[in-house]
Amino acid sequence: MTDTTKQRPVYRNINILTDVRTYRLPIAGVVSILHRVSGLLMFLLLPFVVWMFDTSLTSEISFGTFTNAFVAGIGFVPGWFIKLVTLGLIWGYLHHFIAGVRHLWMDATHSVSKEFGQSSAVFTFAASLTLTVLLGAKLFGLY
Amino acid sequence: MSTFGSKRIVVGAHYGLRDWLAQRVTALLMALFTLVLLVQVLLPGELGYDRWAAIFSQQWMKVITFTLIISLAYHAWIGVRDIWMDYVQPVGLRLALHVFALVWLVGCAGWAVQVLWRL
Repeated sequence: MTDTTKQRPVYRNINILTDVRTYRLPIAGVVSILHRVSGLLMFLLLPFVVWMFDTSLTSEISFGTFTNAFVAGIGFVPGWFIKLVTLGLIWGYLHHFIAGVRHLWMDATHSVSKEFGQSSAVFTFAASLTLTVLLGAKLFGLY
Repeated sequence: MSTFGSKRIVVGAHYGLRDWLAQRVTALLMALFTLVLLVQVLLPGELGYDRWAAIFSQQWMKVITFTLIISLAYHAWIGVRDIWMDYVQPVGLRLALHVFALVWLVGCAGWAVQVLWRL
């Protein structure tokens, strides 16, 4: 090794206050951390999901409450906020689902090259974000 | 994996591999459930209360939805526990969060099962 070799920064025990801004996370890393974020988001919103399951199924009257919550809101929560939270759930589910299938695919076929990590991460974002926009537009009544 | 005798494995609890596998098996079950539900939702006809409730009142659908609820709780338990173990170092706070996650998941699962089986 020559002395002219440029010293690259070495990261150990990344500090959230000093290193995270300058650390260039590869796109596969972004998919990975968002896999975690989306999982935690869905975990925290689980009571809301079960509430939707409950009100939409229990009776025709509760079904009315369910659909009305997205229009007129429910209690002190406005309808647009319910839609926004649902949009968050839609994104979380899609990202978690596709990133999860990516993991299963890697496990099953031993596709662990840097190139595959990169291209499948791009695919994960392209597919999850496109579907989120499409379903979100439907949710907000744009078509 | 032997836990006794002369060939017992003396290192680690090996729950890492079991959890890793369980998370993937439950993920696969939930992905399949998603497809089965999607097919029924996308069948022609307006999706009002009657058709929506009819989907879940079929006995086989109740059985696989029950499996989904259990899979989801188990899957989320492993995932959320991993998050606490990675980011929360103080033992007392971590224990409190583990307990919170368990109560949260078991509570939601119980509620979902109740909705399902009174249909």
